[in-house]
Amino acid sequence: MADAKLTIGFLPLVDACLPILAHEHGFAADEGVALTFVRDVSWATVLDRLLYGHTDGAHMIAPLAIATTLGLGRPAQPLAAPFVLGLNGNAITLSKPLAAQVATPGDYGDPAAVGAQLREAAAAARAQGRRLRFGVVHRFSSHNYKLRYWLSACGIRPDHDVEIVTIAPPFVPDALASGEIDGSCVGEPWSSVCVERDVGTIVLATAQIWRRGVEKVLAVREPVLAEKAEAFAALIRAMRRAGRHFIDPANFAENARILASAPYLDADPALVLRAISDRLVLAHDAAPVHLPDLMFQHSEAANFPWMSQAAWLFSQMVRWGHTAFDSADAARAMRVFRPDVYRAALINTGDDLPNASSKVEGSVTQLTQVGAQQGTLTLSANRFFDGLTFDPDQIEAYLAALP
Amino acid sequence: MRIAIVDESTMRASIIEEGLGQLENAEIFTLTQRHGLLAAIERIAPDVVVIDLGNPSRDVLEEYFAVSRALSRPIAMFVDESDDASIAASIDAGVSAYVVDGLASHRIKPLLDLCIKRFHAFARLQSDLADAQGKLAERDHIDRAKRILMRSRGITEPEAYAELRRKAMSSNKRIAEIAEAVVTAHDLLEGD
Repeated sequence: MADAKLTIGFLPLVDACLPILAHEHGFAADEGVALTFVRDVSWATVLDRLLYGHTDGAHMIAPLAIATTLGLGRPAQPLAAPFVLGLNGNAITLSKPLAAQVATPGDYGDPAAVGAQLREAAAAARAQGRRLRFGVVHRFSSHNYKLRYWLSACGIRPDHDVEIVTIAPPFVPDALASGEIDGSCVGEPWSSVCVERDVGTIVLATAQIWRRGVEKVLAVREPVLAEKAEAFAALIRAMRRAGRHFIDPANFAENARILASAPYLDADPALVLRAISDRLVLAHDAAPVHLPDLMFQHSEAANFPWMSQAAWLFSQMVRWGHTAFDSADAARAMRVFRPDVYRAALINTGDDLPNASSKVEGSVTQLTQVGAQQGTLTLSANRFFDGLTFDPDQIEAYLAALP
Repeated sequence: MRIAIVDESTMRASIIEEGLGQLENAEIFTLTQRHGLLAAIERIAPDVVVIDLGNPSRDVLEEYFAVSRALSRPIAMFVDESDDASIAASIDAGVSAYVVDGLASHRIKPLLDLCIKRFHAFARLQSDLADAQGKLAERDHIDRAKRILMRSRGITEPEAYAELRRKAMSSNKRIAEIAEAVVTAHDLLEGD
């Protein structure tokens, strides 16, 4: 065990923080696993390197892990996600003129109110023969699904009233500046880069759309997870420690400096600091606004891979025609998330472990103590902004009731 | 067969293009600009798209292919399991390929093998270039160090070189390292 080694692929985004900090602070070494990192610039390449063994594990958009397992777009390869790298952390950024039209620049808007205004702006654009265009990082991304969820709940039909295109995060600022897109849903630090360059205004965070929405996962090929079970258990424990360190305000500046350094994000540490302290500057030269749920990387067992979260992502894949509903596929999608592996890694550490592996998403409206196998677990509100709830056993009924 | 090479490195793109030129009945298109990439692909209607792993447009391209599946010429990602070894080799070399559905696998393999060879050739060329640049920089340091010594001590060029070599041997270092130290010290003291 002492010489266990894992290679981790990642894209330079703030939410790649936990494995990086587990390495940099020596938590991984303490657990007996040595980490090395491979940085890439597209999810396609992060995935290829994972599938062809250049990496053992990868920072990955959760829906892509599910799509790969289901064989959407390429032959199926079973992936496992034993650890959620974080919840939310993305922002919706609009071009400055559009933001001024639909929101109050400098503050987070109310999702329903901004949506209502945006609906009018989209209709006005269509009357002039064009459709507003939004950029997301990947079709199989929570960015795409949360943006679509918000738009349609506000009466804006994606692909009909507005266009949604794929655009790589580093090109979002240029695309907003040139008018190629009118808005985007992208991970940090890219929305902050837009604000800093004064080419866009942040109007919402995805945390306002679904307060506890799943974001990146640690993705591993199933056979590799079985073969290197102990090394991954060590990594999971090290990342839980990294999370405790990450959310402590005393460490914000140091962690921002590490993440922003050349081997990792190669970005401006001041912008990284905004994200990890949950204090984004939403419009150029405005004061930072504190949104405690912006990034949610540790508390309330945030890293626990709830199978119901995988089910919600699968429901959205069906909703937007990325796959057809099939109950066997739904079950396969849910099994990508591996609470069993998470539990096995953390049993006897005293860390919080929920009793259940699945829950009705969006149903917690106030602080609620839930059954814990170990530790004590109190969940705060995890609502969708429209108040709907998602029961993973009722996917078809849920889809039928959506707009 | 229409082949599109997508690579932001014009040098690598032309090396691959030259390699694929050996294929019979192949028409090659090279796309080095990110801007307008999808429109260009649509115009070319390639049977095969070759793209380097470090290209930031891969996700955009895959999205286009996913959408194109609904069109008349669906493009699949090149991950036919029967050819897994050559795909693994291509990923190792740093290249991925996408092909239209139905293109016979015996036509794909030689193409992919050529791409892999060309990617390796480019990687070798790059390391040769880096070596050459390193040697040039060393040469430059030695020349500058010699001139500094000649000027400050009023000695000839062979004497200056002998001085550098003597110091290198006595301190168990390379002449280039001593020369670099001389240049650095000189820059610090003289401020130029």
